[in-house]
Amino acid sequence: MRPALLVPLVVFAMVAVALAVGLGLKPREIPSALIGKAVPTFALEPMKDFGPGFSSEDLKGKVSIVNVFASWCVPCRAEHGLWIEVAKTGVPIYGLNYKDRPNNASAWLAQLGNPYTATGADELGRVGIDWGVYGVPETFVVDPDGIIQLKFIGPVDRNALETQILPKVRELQAKAVARAG
Amino acid sequence: MRTALRLSMLALLALLALAPVVYAQGLEPVLPDPALEQRARELHKRLRCLVCQNQSIHESNAELARDLRNVVRERIAAGDTDEDVVTYVVARYGNWVLLQPPLNAGTLVLWLSPPLLLVTAFVGTALYFLRSRRSIPEAKPLSSEEQARVAELLGEERRG
Amino acid sequence: MVAELGHFALIVALVVAAVQATVPLIGAARGADDWVAVARPAAGIQFLMAAVAFFALMYCFVQSDFSVATVFQSSHSLKPLLYKVTGVWGNHEGSLLLWILILTGFGAAVATFGTNLPPALAARVLSVQAMVGVGFLAFILFTSNPFERIFPAPAEGRGLNPLLQDPGLAIHPPFLYLGYVGFSMAFSFAVAALIEGRVDPAWARWVRPWTLAAWCFLTIGISLGSWWAYYELGWGGFWFWDPVENASFMPWLAGTALLHSAIVVERRDTLKAWTILLAILTFSLSLLGTFIVRSGVLTSVHAFATDPARGLFILGFLVVAIGGSLALFAVRAPALRPGGLFAPVSREGALVLNNILLATACATVLLGTLYPLILDAISGEKVSVGPPFFQATFVPLMLPLLAAMAVGPLLPWKRGDLRGALERLRFTFIFAGFTGLAVYALVEPRSAAATGGVALAAWLVLGGILPLYERTLRGGVSGAAARLAALPRSAIGMSLAHAGVGLVVLGLTVLLTWQTEKDQVMRVGETMDVAGYTLTLRGVASVAGPNYVAQRATFDVAKGGEVVMRLAPEKRSYVDSPQVTTEAAIEPTWLGDLYVVVGDADGNGGYAIRGYFKPFVHWLWIGAAVMVAGGLVSLSDRRHRVGAPAARRTRETGALAGAASGATE
Repeated sequence: MRPALLVPLVVFAMVAVALAVGLGLKPREIPSALIGKAVPTFALEPMKDFGPGFSSEDLKGKVSIVNVFASWCVPCRAEHGLWIEVAKTGVPIYGLNYKDRPNNASAWLAQLGNPYTATGADELGRVGIDWGVYGVPETFVVDPDGIIQLKFIGPVDRNALETQILPKVRELQAKAVARAG
Repeated sequence: MRTALRLSMLALLALLALAPVVYAQGLEPVLPDPALEQRARELHKRLRCLVCQNQSIHESNAELARDLRNVVRERIAAGDTDEDVVTYVVARYGNWVLLQPPLNAGTLVLWLSPPLLLVTAFVGTALYFLRSRRSIPEAKPLSSEEQARVAELLGEERRG
Repeated sequence: MVAELGHFALIVALVVAAVQATVPLIGAARGADDWVAVARPAAGIQFLMAAVAFFALMYCFVQSDFSVATVFQSSHSLKPLLYKVTGVWGNHEGSLLLWILILTGFGAAVATFGTNLPPALAARVLSVQAMVGVGFLAFILFTSNPFERIFPAPAEGRGLNPLLQDPGLAIHPPFLYLGYVGFSMAFSFAVAALIEGRVDPAWARWVRPWTLAAWCFLTIGISLGSWWAYYELGWGGFWFWDPVENASFMPWLAGTALLHSAIVVERRDTLKAWTILLAILTFSLSLLGTFIVRSGVLTSVHAFATDPARGLFILGFLVVAIGGSLALFAVRAPALRPGGLFAPVSREGALVLNNILLATACATVLLGTLYPLILDAISGEKVSVGPPFFQATFVPLMLPLLAAMAVGPLLPWKRGDLRGALERLRFTFIFAGFTGLAVYALVEPRSAAATGGVALAAWLVLGGILPLYERTLRGGVSGAAARLAALPRSAIGMSLAHAGVGLVVLGLTVLLTWQTEKDQVMRVGETMDVAGYTLTLRGVASVAGPNYVAQRATFDVAKGGEVVMRLAPEKRSYVDSPQVTTEAAIEPTWLGDLYVVVGDADGNGGYAIRGYFKPFVHWLWIGAAVMVAGGLVSLSDRRHRVGAPAARRTRETGALAGAASGATE
């Protein structure tokens, strides 16, 4: 057998391996360009009835979660209960209300409960663009220096919360304590 | 049957999971200066829409695409160069938004392969010609006997 | 009940396919005639069963039987009848069933019309074809049963994507599948030839018409899809280098190469291993396209709802089918002895150049399509490979191919005379150059690239028909028609197809260079100027359709102060889907299309309007139609119908006896 005749088979084998690995990947999830970078500088107006607004300054000095949500976003409703639980444990959660109508947004929070330490209304979606938001919901974990350490795309379920988001929060908190001590 | 229903519900949920911002037909006011608008438009064509996949923001109807179109217009109106605008968008969304992948370590293979493939194909073909010429000796001229036989056969064929 | 019948028919088809995939193959190896004889009736039954299943599903769609999950997911009782019918293949399960129908249809066609094939070869071909059938039937039955019931039955369906409710789109998948699946015949012939260990001119003569038919269908399918995108998506784009489009384009490129290399096998009994490889690769690329469309590994605007389990199944099938046939190739190809020698400058040499360039282009498209996936799999880095990459790599590969396309057919076999061929092209060259210069001088704004493009188009069209001219009209007008009729149809077909490529180049060049586009917010009574036309917005009204409500804008279009036409673009909202579609108003003129789209209201009585002028865009479709016409004319060549004379085959098999696997006829 001539080795050259094996070339097509070998190339195909490599393609097949790539395809097999590819089946497990999520092509629709675009990784954030902001991981390891400082949060963008912004100051959002307060949401109607849910003051006092939210700015980049709020994220300094502690580990916090930033959650991008909107009342028109169906999956946001699914993850909302989890944020209320997390809020009870004392982790600060900031809400970025993305491209929402003021009345709808505040009615939504009034009905489902408000887990957020502070919220800001991004009616035009510009701050969302600065955060690299492209789908709602999205969730970020920010360290005490205001550096984005994790981005989660899509609705957070219990599994994602307990295996990805909360461990990251705890890890960063431990680091901050170690540094302070 | 129940599983089918549950599966389809799951599929629906999965579809909604990354709810793209509400669809609307994307035509919006343009920059008053046609030259600047033309620059904006060329940039729009280079940037990939994030929620609709495989369209540039120029072609997309998605609301986020419209927002990004307007961001590009604003940056241009503010005096940014084309490269400034691209840098601005890439800083927020990464190289993924560039429809033309930049040449870097990750894309070297992509950009080098087409010319290398072509060269390989030509070299392979040249080798094929050389080998086939070497492996089969030059045909000897036909003997007069053979020529007569050829003429006879050809004649037969023409008649038949 | 009908759904269960359809389901049952699919199970029967799977069993028959399994028998057909094994029994005739064993029979051919052992020389058992009665086992070989199983192949033809089995192919017929398989096709019949697939047809029963297909029409059962169509019945469920037409009856709006929402207890069938597929119908519930993609139909709606208010949908017009045409779209209920075409809705059958507007979803994953139904389109797969259509694929199977066509696959078994090709098998049945070989069984019926391939009467001049040696029985052992026919048996092997049908067995290989049935192996592919087993894969797809198992796929549909185990992962994508189109007849799955839901209980309780919903009262109303979820509707078909409104973008798909369009005649152009509704008919393009069957053509695409006829193309993709048609290449399965070339694949089956190639694998059968590898099993026999013999490829000769007769083999090429049998395989070529199937390949040519598949190529025609695929060309029609791709053009229809592109035409649909042009008028439906609302910005007049016609090709996006989207993975799903590439999935149809790669088999087209490989299939085009195969058509040309098969000529060399038929005429000169050489390039055999390469042609076999191309036949395997062409169908493999069709299969890969299926995987891309249905597994969700790449993001596309066209993809079906995806499911990783399906992806895994198809991948397994790809590994068996492609891996298996390529392994067989590696083992058996050395048995295929090259035949006639030829010089680099010769007809064969030109066809080899064609193959090098087409294969490289095809590999480039494959790499660009899969690269985001490969990079993500290796390093987790995400990149986009969009139109700029494909334009930057594909176009430079096509230019030499197009330039050489007029020369190749003028070279004689074995040893060509390049100077002589170029001398025959002297007038063509002068004319092409003159056309380019005229365009440069006369058309504003000037463009060097467009000058080259138009000159190339003229070179291709004129060069394409030059061999016809030389063999008919040059001998005088009288008798030209008779001489034309006496020419082999394949020669006429080739000229047409090559000229068609020239027309496509012409359309592309002019469109991409001189297209104009205008955006404006317009109130009723206001005007917009596009390419010498003045559009006046006369009004915007709501219009009710069968299952949608449209905002329809009406324009008076004036040229030189005189109203020459009226245009009415629409924006449609569907009752059964949240999606909104644009119905561009397109007015074809001799020079191109005036293309107007209506967008959102701005809330102050103004509407966002986009107007385009798309010069020469119709030459894209005319060119494609001429290419297909060329294919069909060539298909009607007597040689393909008559088949190879038996005497010639025996003589050539004698020469190749050493390579034969011992099969007897």
